Order: sequence, then C-alpha cells, then structure tokens
Amino acid sequence: MNTVCVVGASLAGLLTARALRSQGYGGRLVVIGEEPHRPYDRPPLSKDFLKGAIGEADLALEGEDEEPGIEWRLGVAATRLDATARRLTLSDGTSLAADGVVIATGASARTLPGTEGLAGVHTLRTLDDARALRADLGTARRLVVIGGGFIGAEVAATARELGLDVTLVESGPAPLAGVIGLTMAQALAGLHEQRGVRLVRGVQVTEVTGADRADGVRLSDGTHLPTDVVVAGIGAVPNIAWLRGSGLELGDGVLCDEGGGTSVPGVVAVGDCAAWWDPARGSHHRIEHWTGARQRSVVAAASLLSGGTARPEPARPAYFWSDQFDVKIQFIGHARDADTVTVEEGDPAGGSFLAVYRRGDRPVAVLGVNQVRLFTRWRRHLETAPVQAG
Amino acid sequence: MIPACPLASLPRGEALRLDVDPPIAVFHTDDGEIFAIDDTCTHQDASLADGWLEGCEVECPLHASRFDLRTGQVDAPPAKRPVRTHEVVVEDDTIYVVPSDAPPNLPPGVTLKGQA
Ligand code: FES
Repeated sequence: MNTVCVVGASLAGLLTARALRSQGYGGRLVVIGEEPHRPYDRPPLSKDFLKGAIGEADLALEGEDEEPGIEWRLGVAATRLDATARRLTLSDGTSLAADGVVIATGASARTLPGTEGLAGVHTLRTLDDARALRADLGTARRLVVIGGGFIGAEVAATARELGLDVTLVESGPAPLAGVIGLTMAQALAGLHEQRGVRLVRGVQVTEVTGADRADGVRLSDGTHLPTDVVVAGIGAVPNIAWLRGSGLELGDGVLCDEGGGTSVPGVVAVGDCAAWWDPARGSHHRIEHWTGARQRSVVAAASLLSGGTARPEPARPAYFWSDQFDVKIQFIGHARDADTVTVEEGDPAGGSFLAVYRRGDRPVAVLGVNQVRLFTRWRRHLETAPVQAG
Repeated sequence: MIPACPLASLPRGEALRLDVDPPIAVFHTDDGEIFAIDDTCTHQDASLADGWLEGCEVECPLHASRFDLRTGQVDAPPAKRPVRTHEVVVEDDTIYVVPSDAPPNLPPGVTLKGQA
C-alpha cells in the first residue's frame, strides 16, 4: 500500500492513523477533516469546556512533539466515494485515489424538527457547537434541556453549576434509563433534583416557541416552559449520507465485519459512523463511546494492512463515563442483558455507590457512582472474563 | 526523602497514595519493583493510585490512558503529557520517595495547594 486516506479527523481517525504507523505502515497517510480543527477531545465539551474551566488548547488530542507523518487536509469534506476504485471526491473539487480508505466520519447531532433558523436552540457535538452554546449561556437565565441522555444530563448539570435555572425534559421515566436501566436511573434522578435541576418526565416536546429566537418549549401535556436557551440532546445519526451509491453496504452506519472491514476490500470503517458485526449478539452495532473508538482503531488498522486476514481479539464490553456535578458516573457492559441489579457498596441516597447487574449469577454490567477504585476492579473483572453469547 | 511506608505494608500489585502536594502514588509491581509517580493523571483530576496496575504500567481509572511507571510516558489519548516520575529508595525495609525537582504535569484546572 502506498497511499492510505483516513476520512474524518476525529478521535477514531487520529487513532487509526497512529495505529497504521505503529503497525509498520510507512506510505503516504492523508487525513481529511470537515471541521477546520485538528482532532480534539469531545467529552469535555459538555462539562469543563462549557463551564469555562478549561480552554480550547486543553482539548487537543495530540501532544506537542508527536508527528507520525500525517498529511492533514482540514476544512474539506469528502463528498463521494467510489469504493471499488477507492477514489474520493472532496468538497474543494479535487479528488484523491488511495490504496486503502478508512472511513471515520463520525455522527451528527439529531436536530429538533421545525427549529431550523430559530436562534437560541442548540445541539452539542462539535467544538463550534460548544463555543456557540457557551456564549449563549453566558447571557441567559433559564435553560430547557430536551433529552435525558448523557449529553442532556451533563449540559443540565453544567448549566446549573453556572447558576442557570434548568429544566430537563425527558420523554421516558428517568434520564439515562435506556442505558443504565430504570432502577438505577431513578436513583440518579435524585442527584439532579437535589442539586436544583427541575426534571419533567414522561412527556414529549411538541413545539419550541418564539419568532426569531426561542422563548419557550411546549409539552405534550400542554405545559409551556418559558426559557432563554434550548438544548436538544436527542441522539446522533451516523454521517454516511455521502456514501450512498459508493458501493458500500450501509445500515445504521457503515456495515462492517468484526474487524472493521466493509463490504469492499481495502475500505474499513471505525468510530461512530461504523456498525461492526457483534458475533455475541448476531447483529451490527454502532458503539458511540471513546473506549470503543480506541480499541477498534487498532483492530481496523490491522484489518486494512492485512487485507482482512487479521483475526481481531473478542470485543471488550463497552465502558463509558459521565461527570455530572461532583459525581463521577462509570458504567461497563449492557444493562439490558441483566435480570437483577444489586447495590453492593455504598448507598444511592448518599451519592456514592456501586451496583452490579447480573444475568443469573453472571455479572453483565457494573455502575459506579463516585466509586472509582472499586469500579476499576470490577471493570477489569468484566473485561477479562470470557466472552459469552447472549 | 519522604518515608512512604514499611515495605511489608505494600504488597505486590498494590498502590499507595502519599498526601503530599501534589500527591504521589507508589506502586509495587507483580515483579517486585517499586515505582513512584505523581498521583494525579495529566488529563484530568483522577488518582492513578486508584488505577489498574499491569506490568510496569498503570491505567488511569477514568479514561484508560496508560502511563509507563519507569518513564512516565503515556500510550494513548485522552492524556497526552507524561506524568512526572520520582526516585524510590528502599532502606531498612522502609520505602522512601525522593521527590523530583522537575515541574509537575498537572491537568488543567488543578493547581498546587500552595498556589491555589
Ligand atoms: S483522567 Fe486520566 S485519562 Fe482522563
């Protein structure tokens, strides 16, 4: 291989480029990024960066001295791929032929229908989104957050710490219920309420009101919540529209085998845009987490360099974290696989506890809330346990 | 030289945090070597003594960057700066740490108590 092109200057793109180098690839390495920025750390965007505790330079993912010989093409998007010819068309009108292509175009925040062009309505995914939201929160008094996933819960916590009057609207029974299960989500809901976030549960948003600028949110029960700023944290969609007609198989993401190989040789996909085959579940899944990107970038690089013959190690269970107020939440595994959950340390009411989710006797997931040391032991236990189907 | 603890009270595979400013983590590896580094991860405010010790590396308990205990080097993001290392001396069955005079690589937002 003489030229490898990585499409997407994200965490996954950067790590795959690095992995290619550390696995011995010495040819030309081009990284294309739609945003004008070098790769940056996204998780702080809804926390320390939004709060103003850290600045943009702190978000950089690259150290000062490292340079694995990457040719950066930033501020240009890839608009088309001819997968069999491995030829990319770029938004500046140029094209690029490569022997290997890594697709790492990530995902975009889903937006609230009908709010296009309305000032004061935000999503949070990119550095530019975070800059805009930070500026808007600086002059606001009230915030309504729509969606109680991680982004929503974190933005609500940060805004509360900034002194805003915050309401979090969640269509389900409790924030994070989809990920950590209802019992524990109920326990964590108290954490927000004790710190002054108003939770509105089990209702839908029907409309964001306002002429040029949002001034309120109307709910399915008729309530109108006046506000200065609205943040929609309602999920993300993989950035794969540009791949229609490319010859790659697409589903909820670029469909890949368990090593990141796509349906076309010489093309791999990694990060939030990629749905890898999960042999234990017998289906394709996107993993939108940091540690997923890190493990998979190494595997995808090996698949590309070996022509797909490298046998990946079994995937490790998904691990992720979230900081909300002074609370560190850590979670590993899949709550939906469990039939019981027990608190094994601490007390949910006290703000520090560890809960183990089991299927029969077998631990399948662990939640840690301000239990960093103990959680680390459990995480290791789950990561090194033999992988079992189902 | 700061006395850390009696050798016998830090079994292999374990870590200890010294409450100096900034805090120092002392590790006893499975191979029987003893290392000391700054306890605070260079990415954010996490205690590396709470991390996972494997060979001569410790994995940060929060975001899983790994630091080499011998050199302080980090393997992968999100941390990008090495952690400061300190010399360890074992004398009369006691572990001592000789604090480095190099500046620490503390994460953004974390300062020495004396300068807070
Ligand atoms: S705090 Fe250590 S890697 Fe983030």
